[in-house]
Amino acid sequence: MIRSHVLICGGTGCSASGSNGIREAMEKEIEKAGLSSEVKVVQTGCFGLCALGPIMIVYPEGSFYSRVTVDDVPEIVSEHLVKGRIVKRLVYSETVVENSNDVKSLNETNFYKKQKRIALRNCGVIDPENIDEYIARDGYQALGKVLTEMTPDEVIQTILDSGLRGRGGGGFPTGLKWKFASGNRGKVKKYVCCNADEGDPGAFMDRSVLEGDPHAVLEAMAIAGYAIGADEGYIYVRAEYPIAIKRLEIAIGQAHEYGLLGNDIFGTGFNFDIHLRFGAGAFVCGEETALMTSIEGNRGEPRPRPPFPAVKGLFGKPTILNNVETYANICQIILNGPQWFASMGTEKSKGTKVFALGGKINHTGLVEVPMGTTLREVIEEIGGGIPNGKKFKAAQTGGPSGGCIPASLIDTPIDYDNLIAIGSMMGSGGLIVMDEDTCMVDIARFFLDFTVDESCGKCTPCRIGTKRMLEILDKIIAGNGELSDLDELEELGNYIKANSLCGLGQTAPNPVLSTLKRFRDEYVAHVVDKKCPAGVCKALLRYVIDPDKCKGCTLCARKCPVGAISGTVKEPHKIDPTKCIKCGLCMANCKFGAISKQ
Amino acid sequence: MKTLAELSAIRERMKSKVSVREGGNEYLVKVGMATCGIAAGARPVMSALLDEVSAQHLEETVHVSQTGCIGICQYEPVVEVFKGDEKFTYVKMTPEKMKEVVDSHLKDGKPLYQYTIGSM
Repeated sequence: MIRSHVLICGGTGCSASGSNGIREAMEKEIEKAGLSSEVKVVQTGCFGLCALGPIMIVYPEGSFYSRVTVDDVPEIVSEHLVKGRIVKRLVYSETVVENSNDVKSLNETNFYKKQKRIALRNCGVIDPENIDEYIARDGYQALGKVLTEMTPDEVIQTILDSGLRGRGGGGFPTGLKWKFASGNRGKVKKYVCCNADEGDPGAFMDRSVLEGDPHAVLEAMAIAGYAIGADEGYIYVRAEYPIAIKRLEIAIGQAHEYGLLGNDIFGTGFNFDIHLRFGAGAFVCGEETALMTSIEGNRGEPRPRPPFPAVKGLFGKPTILNNVETYANICQIILNGPQWFASMGTEKSKGTKVFALGGKINHTGLVEVPMGTTLREVIEEIGGGIPNGKKFKAAQTGGPSGGCIPASLIDTPIDYDNLIAIGSMMGSGGLIVMDEDTCMVDIARFFLDFTVDESCGKCTPCRIGTKRMLEILDKIIAGNGELSDLDELEELGNYIKANSLCGLGQTAPNPVLSTLKRFRDEYVAHVVDKKCPAGVCKALLRYVIDPDKCKGCTLCARKCPVGAISGTVKEPHKIDPTKCIKCGLCMANCKFGAISKQ
Repeated sequence: MKTLAELSAIRERMKSKVSVREGGNEYLVKVGMATCGIAAGARPVMSALLDEVSAQHLEETVHVSQTGCIGICQYEPVVEVFKGDEKFTYVKMTPEKMKEVVDSHLKDGKPLYQYTIGSM
């Protein structure tokens, strides 16, 4: 009997911090201790608390070890696995119980307490490279149920009733999408596509689902195939996601071996097969028409709609295209019923949403919360607040297509419609937290710079318009802005939104427009006072030495790489602003706090 | 695989193999594995426990864990069986006694009081 399972996170975050080496060391050490027949090492997908990686959980005790190193492994084996003494110094602080060998369950910690895991239910629980573990957690039961007990129309009705909306950003009702593509079943060739071209800076939800629970996506695609009458599917996944690709390939192979993909599934005569296509990392290929053009082997450029993919999609055939996280919800809706799913969330946004928490926040990682959870709960409770006692300034959702939510709106319940109402959008789920040291003009420039790079160039408003906006922002940041520039940004932004061909251009001005609306005073400070209130934009900064505090120790003058500081020993020094390159070395090195930036 | 029954068979077979990660099992059995326990022969007791639990197919209802020294070194090897708020402390265990405890207590729900600390 295997009495203990050691789960080691094999998601991208923990892999990057060395979890593979830890797994190897663990296996070796367990063998050395003669425990190979009692203890099993399992590599799982993402647990979510990436900030504390590499992460390891030892069951049945459920001890959550964080920031484990290879050097810690022998101690965990000899203390915990041999003698049953939990290694307290490595256990996540919130789960420690004083004066006891027990630990608290992870579900009692602030990070997990408010989460509801549907799309992520298997992430961090099963070995994604083992189909049997997926089956043990009710895997492929939904496909079995659909094929043997339900008609295709009943499947579509179930998805419609659940209220599930597309998790890729747009929020279009999934059931409706399927319904549009469901005509002429069996008479025409159709396709089911999965959009795994996750490209927003700071977003890694889809990546984690594919890495942690690839079969859930395969099973849902087969269900979608049955619902619309398609026998072939494509997953378009970024080539930059090597772990996700590897696990998808393994999963497809295993599903074939078990007859869960291929011909005559469960002896019902239903055939379904799935192919992988790798994207080369162009952001525009996340747009549905560009994605399909790319699968066809052409340059990834969008085309006008209509015709919509449900009518004329991949290879000119009716096609449905859903996002990874959308698919990850499907099997649970089939098994638990649409009412179960619709009981969570808000009036128009049902179920849960996965967010990738990043930026200035303590618990960087992956969280799944019911729709309608407030931003405050996500940031302050689950996310553990802002590091170093700084103040929360704004949250950015929706990536380069979204906007900034200011601190005054932190109590907004998160759902599709609320976010649009306050000038942002759900997007795919990237949530970047910013503190008082973040300059909103700089952030807007960062995202616009991204879209200028990623614009495919097909339509003029996006190709040239975004470039002109970026030039204006650069001018403002360099201290050469005028008040009329702000109006020009707004006018140009609204024009680009109204006239671009695809979603990329139609949303590209959002980061600028939303910061202009919510943080106009910061723009004005840059333009009129020629100052950057957050102290980020270098051209607007000036380092000065307070002559009362300066002791004339000469340290700053010696540290300055460009010789911009002058003065004699024991006399106050001075910085020559024409020579200063604003590197900040003088301020970082001053022992008397005499140097400040203004 | 051509039938749902085959899928269910895999699920049943695998469930017991991942149940240890889900908690909520009926019995939690802790073997004292501190220096005193190991010196007194806790290792063969642990092995016998694991073998018998799997022989009787009790993986879904029984979790096996270890614990450190609980302060009654003279009674080692000590095995504690937890069920809800109840706790039974078996002392001076041997592989043979362990097998009996699995068959009687963990399988049939009849504690073997003659091996518990109260009858010493």
